[in-house]
Amino acid sequence: MTFLPELLLQILHAVSALVLTSMGLAVTFGMMRVINFAHGEFLMLGGFVMIFAVRAGANFWVAMFIIAPLSLAAFGLVVERLLIRPLYGRILDSMLATWGLSLTLIGLTSTFFGYSQKGLPTPLGSFELFGHGQSYYNVFIIVITFALVIALYAFLRKTTFGLLARGTMQNAQMASAIGVNPHAIYAATFALGAGLAGFAGAVMAPMTGVVPITGLSYITQAFITVITGGANALTGTVAAAALFGLIEQGVNVFGNAVFGQAAMLATAIVLLRLMPAGITGRFFRGSL
Amino acid sequence: MSTAHYAILQKLLLTGATLLLLALPWLVNVAFLVSVNSCDIMGILALSMALVWGTAGIFSFGQSVFFGIGAYVYAIASLNMDGTAIPLLLGILAATLSAAILGYFLFYGRISEMYLAVITLTLSLLFYQLINSLSGPQARIGVVSLGGYNGIPGVPTLSIPGLSDSQLGYVPMYCVSAVALIATYAGLRMLLVTAFGQTIIAIRENEIRAELLGYDSRAYKLAIFSIGAAIAGLAGVLYASWSNFVSPDLFDLAFAGQIIIWAMAGGVGTLAGPVVGCFAIQALTTWLGTKQLTDTNIVLGLIFMLAVLFLPSGILPGLRARLVKAA
Amino acid sequence: MTMEIDPQPLLSTRGLTKRFGGVAAVDGVDFDLTDGELRCLIGPNGAGKSTFFKMLSGQTAPTRGTISFAGRDVMRLEPHQIAQAGIGIKTQVPNVFNGLTVAQNLLVASRRNRHRMPPAEVCDTVMTRLKLNDIALREVGRLSHGERQIVELGLVVATAPRLILLDEPVAGLSDAETERTAHLIRELHSEVAMIVVDHDIPFIRMIAADVTVFHRGRILLQGPCETVLDDQQVRDVYLGRQVVQHHAT
Repeated sequence: MTFLPELLLQILHAVSALVLTSMGLAVTFGMMRVINFAHGEFLMLGGFVMIFAVRAGANFWVAMFIIAPLSLAAFGLVVERLLIRPLYGRILDSMLATWGLSLTLIGLTSTFFGYSQKGLPTPLGSFELFGHGQSYYNVFIIVITFALVIALYAFLRKTTFGLLARGTMQNAQMASAIGVNPHAIYAATFALGAGLAGFAGAVMAPMTGVVPITGLSYITQAFITVITGGANALTGTVAAAALFGLIEQGVNVFGNAVFGQAAMLATAIVLLRLMPAGITGRFFRGSL
Repeated sequence: MSTAHYAILQKLLLTGATLLLLALPWLVNVAFLVSVNSCDIMGILALSMALVWGTAGIFSFGQSVFFGIGAYVYAIASLNMDGTAIPLLLGILAATLSAAILGYFLFYGRISEMYLAVITLTLSLLFYQLINSLSGPQARIGVVSLGGYNGIPGVPTLSIPGLSDSQLGYVPMYCVSAVALIATYAGLRMLLVTAFGQTIIAIRENEIRAELLGYDSRAYKLAIFSIGAAIAGLAGVLYASWSNFVSPDLFDLAFAGQIIIWAMAGGVGTLAGPVVGCFAIQALTTWLGTKQLTDTNIVLGLIFMLAVLFLPSGILPGLRARLVKAA
Repeated sequence: MTMEIDPQPLLSTRGLTKRFGGVAAVDGVDFDLTDGELRCLIGPNGAGKSTFFKMLSGQTAPTRGTISFAGRDVMRLEPHQIAQAGIGIKTQVPNVFNGLTVAQNLLVASRRNRHRMPPAEVCDTVMTRLKLNDIALREVGRLSHGERQIVELGLVVATAPRLILLDEPVAGLSDAETERTAHLIRELHSEVAMIVVDHDIPFIRMIAADVTVFHRGRILLQGPCETVLDDQQVRDVYLGRQVVQHHAT
């Protein structure tokens, strides 16, 4: 039974990766009802910023925790102003417009950075678990995701911004009546989502490398996770990610990776058939 | 001009376009004809989007999936047997059946519009990854190796039933595609004036009221979704026949997106709009390809964003609004 | 009146209840409507009449209780099945086909005519009866609110239902339009049973129906229009005074 701790580690890793790469999308979807189709490309750009910053001499951790997230947050502000704001409330249209952005970003990065994979070595080294080598970096991902979820929860629940953001999400007119500028809140929320994506991309970059189409491999799972999770950005995403991570890894043990994905989709469809508003839509109305 | 005059203009343009399409083999060289052939095929795919999205109001990312299924089933079947008539039917049938099964879950589950879009999108992505991964010696159906991301080459062109050695040449193939496009368009126009067609439109206008009148909207939407898939499947079969090659690229997101761009650029509410959008964008993409100016994705992405921001109803409705004074 | 009235109730509810969280919006209501009857449901805001109505139309699922129509249990039916059973519904906010013309709207409805009469004929009859011929080719989305209400009434009538549920049919209408609607309802009374929910007391007097008064999720009183509207308890309820409830039969 020595493979059990290893399996556990794999599951935790898979779930963490899912939560990490979905969080940015969950924030914009949960709080603004905007489906950012370019979320995968924000991840990809975060990875590229990380790699280029480190190659230019920046400290690995500074690049990951500061440079990548902040650059993407800034980019997010621009995107929100130009693309998202004109399309408030038009869910389908904002989905399509961000898809256009996704295509453009892929095209631009392909043109300027080429198609070959860029990478970074993973730091922290490895350790032994029951005779198999494991990377500390995988453990780092689990830990950092855990910390991120707690930090986000505290931020959104306990700070003024969090309160204002949630209030604006529920009733924008009321918010402006008490002097809060909804546009500023939306811009900040979208920037937060973009920053989270940038951070996630930076974290994943040493593990998987980055190419212009890296985003496409994250987007499917991020979407299924966020939509199935339902309206609540934190609880929903974690719940859905846990479910899917478990199923996918479980199926992977028996089949190949594609069957894991197929199992995820099948679960999502059945789940949505039974709970059209997502997991948290039914059980956690109104809370975060 | 008045509404009546606009209607006459419409009829003239449609007739003109039909005649032009049919007369083309006599007017241009073969290379150009082959190009327009692909536009005809994509035009049929655009029509399926026009039906499902424009007429029935179902926003689905899945039309390219049914297109791809049609193409792959035709490829596999035609390489495994003599003749192409049965593979043609199988391709269309496979697409229709897939849609019926998926549609059952979507419509009888009363999945909301947004989740439906997401689910069809996810399906699209999933098929891409699935087909990509089906490579190697085990991935065979009959004598056909699925080839993973390499695709399946050597797919036979349609041949006359009974004369399986005589695959259609360029000109006959073009004629088949052109006639198929015109026939599908005409068929859909006729469908929309029947009671069934009128009901579909009513459901799109106000699903609640349609149900309160006793119409089972779930069944109607399932039906139209399946018909749309059949049309997409037909386009897929024709495509495989035309290009003699199928690959997972047919399932990729960029292609799925193109279909939506055609519809948005041309005008979602009309049948002809997406076809016009399709021809326009295909021409643009080909022209850009020859210029090697810039990555296609950049241009398509920009068109997409601009279209959503400034032309949300598309070219044709915009044109109509300019030409016709409101009644 | 040439119609034979079946003494068995056409529509019946027993113990019908709807709870939202801890609050019972409708609390164990027993209600009967005979064939061909015209009944108005009134009561102050929050009395439960709208929720009761929505349970009848299938828009809300009851927490407990039964609803039977023409002897059938209709509670778990899909909305289109309720319509097919012979119940026509006019919703509070007009639900019509905005992008279609008046004539097209009515044609769609006429195809669901219960007696399977030729749709074109039914459409013509309804248009003439509701005086819609002048605006037959106008797009419904562009019509005034009053005209849309009448069109919706036409949609419901075209299906020839056995029971029509009307939710605030004269909300937002001018006096002339209100009178026109009242006249139409009086005309229809001889052919079909109707339940009308409304606040407009003069309108209710115009259609002179039997009235059921809701209060705090229960039926306070039932009876002919004039008697009920003159009742002191009913006045108290509308003025928000405390009332001791005797269960109405």
